[in-house]
This record gives sequence, structure tokens and C-alpha cells, in this order.
Amino acid sequence: MDVSAIMIKSAVVIAYAFIGTFIGLLFLGVGRKIVARVHNRVGPPFYQGFIDVAKLLSKKTNISHGWIFDLALLFSISGILLAFAFLPVGGIKLLSTDGDAFLVLYLLAIPALGFALGAGASGNPNAGIGVMRALVMMLSYELPFVITMIALMIYYDTTSIARIVELQSVNGISSWAIFIPPFMLAAAVADMALQGMLMEQPFDIPVAPHEIASGPMVEFGGKYLGTLMLYKAISIVVETTLFVDFFLGGGVIMHGGIVANIANFIVWFVLIFIVFTLSLLINTAFPRFRIEQAFTFYWKYEAILATVALIWVYWMVI
Amino acid sequence: MRYEEWSGIARKASKRSLWMVHFCTGCGAIEMPPVMTSRYDMERFGIASMATPRQADVLLITGYLTVKTLKRVVQVYEQMQSPKYVIALGSCTMNGGMYWDSYNTIKRLDKYIPVDIYVAGCMPRPEGIMNAFLKLMKLIDEGKARGWERYKKYYERYKKNQEMAFNFVKKEEKEEEKNEGD
Ligand code: SF4
Repeated sequence: MDVSAIMIKSAVVIAYAFIGTFIGLLFLGVGRKIVARVHNRVGPPFYQGFIDVAKLLSKKTNISHGWIFDLALLFSISGILLAFAFLPVGGIKLLSTDGDAFLVLYLLAIPALGFALGAGASGNPNAGIGVMRALVMMLSYELPFVITMIALMIYYDTTSIARIVELQSVNGISSWAIFIPPFMLAAAVADMALQGMLMEQPFDIPVAPHEIASGPMVEFGGKYLGTLMLYKAISIVVETTLFVDFFLGGGVIMHGGIVANIANFIVWFVLIFIVFTLSLLINTAFPRFRIEQAFTFYWKYEAILATVALIWVYWMVI
Repeated sequence: MRYEEWSGIARKASKRSLWMVHFCTGCGAIEMPPVMTSRYDMERFGIASMATPRQADVLLITGYLTVKTLKRVVQVYEQMQSPKYVIALGSCTMNGGMYWDSYNTIKRLDKYIPVDIYVAGCMPRPEGIMNAFLKLMKLIDEGKARGWERYKKYYERYKKNQEMAFNFVKKEEKEEEKNEGD
């Protein structure tokens, strides 16, 4: 690849990062509105996410707790943006390569480590508890999620997310993974894992505002909290896109041409919105688990269901 | 764009996204749930309650303050990131209310931290609290809610007042110890 091609590609990736953040901030506001409607309230306007970030970034004083505290946030946000660049969005591939399913899994662990660094630097005991809980949560939901991922890889015989998306879109909607019986089970498992990734109730144990005063974020204020909100916004998009890419064909319904691209993009948007809304509805219906309950839930019930799906898929392939 | 225009936008944003930390002393905490839940729903103005002072913009004092609590309130206020605002509820924060002759409560909150808005009543009803928030939004928009600047400018005086209140308690405690010793 020559220099100009690389330049163009990086420009496209940056543009995508902006689009992802924009959609994420939109989702933050719309999500609060949905939760409010479930509570029979009016709720904030749908653009509340943008207002909040603008306010936080325009704060006049910002307390820092040393350079690790400053850099940890950049660490988190760049990790999640890189993960976004590796995911096919509406069938458009940016940096997709072979084996990127594993890579994305590793990249998704970076933000949690960034969190841990920042919270550790702030020295607040609540933050320490929060980080410990976040790492335990990560350990719990990744096991069932990885098992479902392996099932997908065995079925489609590839480790590239882009290839999985491609194979799911050969016959339009009817070839989406979610319409294949074992993957219905796997999708249900992965959706609960997604609930943990998004830190929605019943799995909002790491942030738990009433117990440990929002956990890792306890010392973040002003611009730092604003950056954290940007991270939260983009992580919603990344995690729902991961689910859509794996089970809903990445939203690809047409092939070839600019019209198909736009249509795919819109379908992708609608699908991630549906996945996000589903997780919000679960969020409003349940109280919070304790950490050991969440751990048991994922490693016992979820892992068993995921293994059943894996064996089923293996049997089908053979 | 000029600086004034930018700060105008910043004010517009901070007006529609007031995050508060409510310091529930006195009798006022009971008036907050109706303000937050579906009856009055303050979230439609972008007001949300936050877990820690670092994240908050508005400090809500909901009633009388003993001198010991005042110490914590000052700490909380100083941890908040400016621009920050204070809303004080109830007559206890204005002039002592029905605790006007109590030996261990403060009478005027304004002497210790800068208050932007007082809400009269014992206790003010949820409508009153909503009204205070709307008024605060208006003041922010006009650039008149400058309590935090006042605190910076007259820091020495505020500190002196606070010290006086704290020392008063220390003296009393010492006397009590002495009396017990006798
Ligand atoms: S103003 Fe009235 S209701 Fe409020 S704290 Fe004082 S006595 Fe209680």
C-alpha cells in the first residue's frame, strides 16, 4: 500500500470514530428517555448526551491525580476506538483481517485496564472496590461469550469477523446466524453477556452508584468525566455492533453499489438500536446482582447453555 | 468565534445539565423523591443526581446544619469543580428557622459558603424546589449565578467565618470535658 492509500484509510477510520461517538452520544440520551418512559416519566430530551458532554468539557477547574490518571483515560478511549475500527459496520470493513475476532476480544480488555490504572492513581477506596468488581465481571462474562464465539467460528470455519458477516449475508435475512437453531440459544447467552459488557442492571455491579459511589469514576470530574462519557458512548456502539455482527449478519441486506451501502448502514443502525433498547428494558426490570451471584450466573448457567450450543454446532458441522 | 460566544454556549449547556449532589440534612430529604420520580420528574430539565461531589455542579442543602455537619458541607463544596452552585432549602438555612436559638446549629448558611438560591418554607414543597431549579437555570443563562467566584474572591472571609464556627464548638467541647473532670 502506498502512502496516499494509507492516508485515505486513516482519514476514513477517524471519520468513523467520529460517527461512532456521535451515535453513542445519541444513544445515551435516547436511552435515558426510554428508561424514563418505562418509569412513566417524561425524561430528558434525546440530545441530552451532547449537552452533558459539552458541559463537562467546558468546566473551569479539573482536578487531576497525577499523569497516570490523565493518560489512563486516553488509554481507555483509544482502546475502544481501535476495537471499533476492527468491526465491520453495516458490511463496510475498515481494518478487518484474519483472526480479528480474537484481536477485538483483547482490545475490549484494554479499557478495563485503563480504568484500573486511573482508579488506582486516584487512590480512592471506592474506586479500588469498583475496579476489582469490574475485573471480576469481565472474567465472568467473557467465558460464555468466548464459547459462543468459538461456536460461530466452528460453524463458519473462520476467525475473521468480516468473513462471518459475509457468510451470513449470502441469502439475505434468512441466513443470519440467529435463525439457525443452535445459534438462537447462543444469541440468548451472548445477549446476557452483552448486558454485563454494557454494565446495565442486573450487572451494573462495578459502578453501583448507591453502594460504592459510582466505583471507578468516583474521583473523575470535569473534563475527565467528559472523556469518560465519550468512552461510554462509543463503547455502547462497539458492544452492540459486536453482537449484531455475530448474530444478525452485521445488518447487511444488499450487495454492491452505494445504495446498498447506505441501506446496510441504516439497517445496522436500527439493529444496534434494537439490541440496545432490549438491554435497557432488561435494565429497568431488574435490581442489581451481588458480584458472586453474577459470577455464578455466568460461569454456571450461561456457560452450560453456551457449551450445549457449542456441542450442538459441532454435531451439525460433522 | 469570540470568547464571549463560547462562554455563552458553555452556559447554555451547563444550564440544561445540572448534576446535583444532595446533602440530605434536616427534614428536607423527604421532599426529594417526589421531585425526582414521575410526579415532578426533574430529569426532563436534564437534572440528575450524582454519587460524588467531584461529578456534581449543584450542591443541595436540605435543612438545618449543625456545626459538625457544616465541616463536611464545606469539604464537599470545595471538592466540587467550578462552576458550581448552591441551593439551600428551608428557613433553617436562612435564619435558623425553628432552631434559631439552638446552641449547635448555624443560623445563616450564606456566611460560610456562597448560596445562589434560597427556597423559603418549612419544608418547601416539591413545586418550590422545581421553581428554584428553573430560577437557577435562568440565572446561569444570564451569567448571574456567580457564587463560586464570590467564594474565590472572599476566600479569607469565608474561611474566617467557618473557623469561628468550628472554634466555638471546640471551646464548648473543652468546657464540657473540664466540667466532667470536676
Ligand atoms: S426549615 Fe423546617 S423542615 Fe427544613 S430543616 Fe428546618 S425545621 Fe426542618
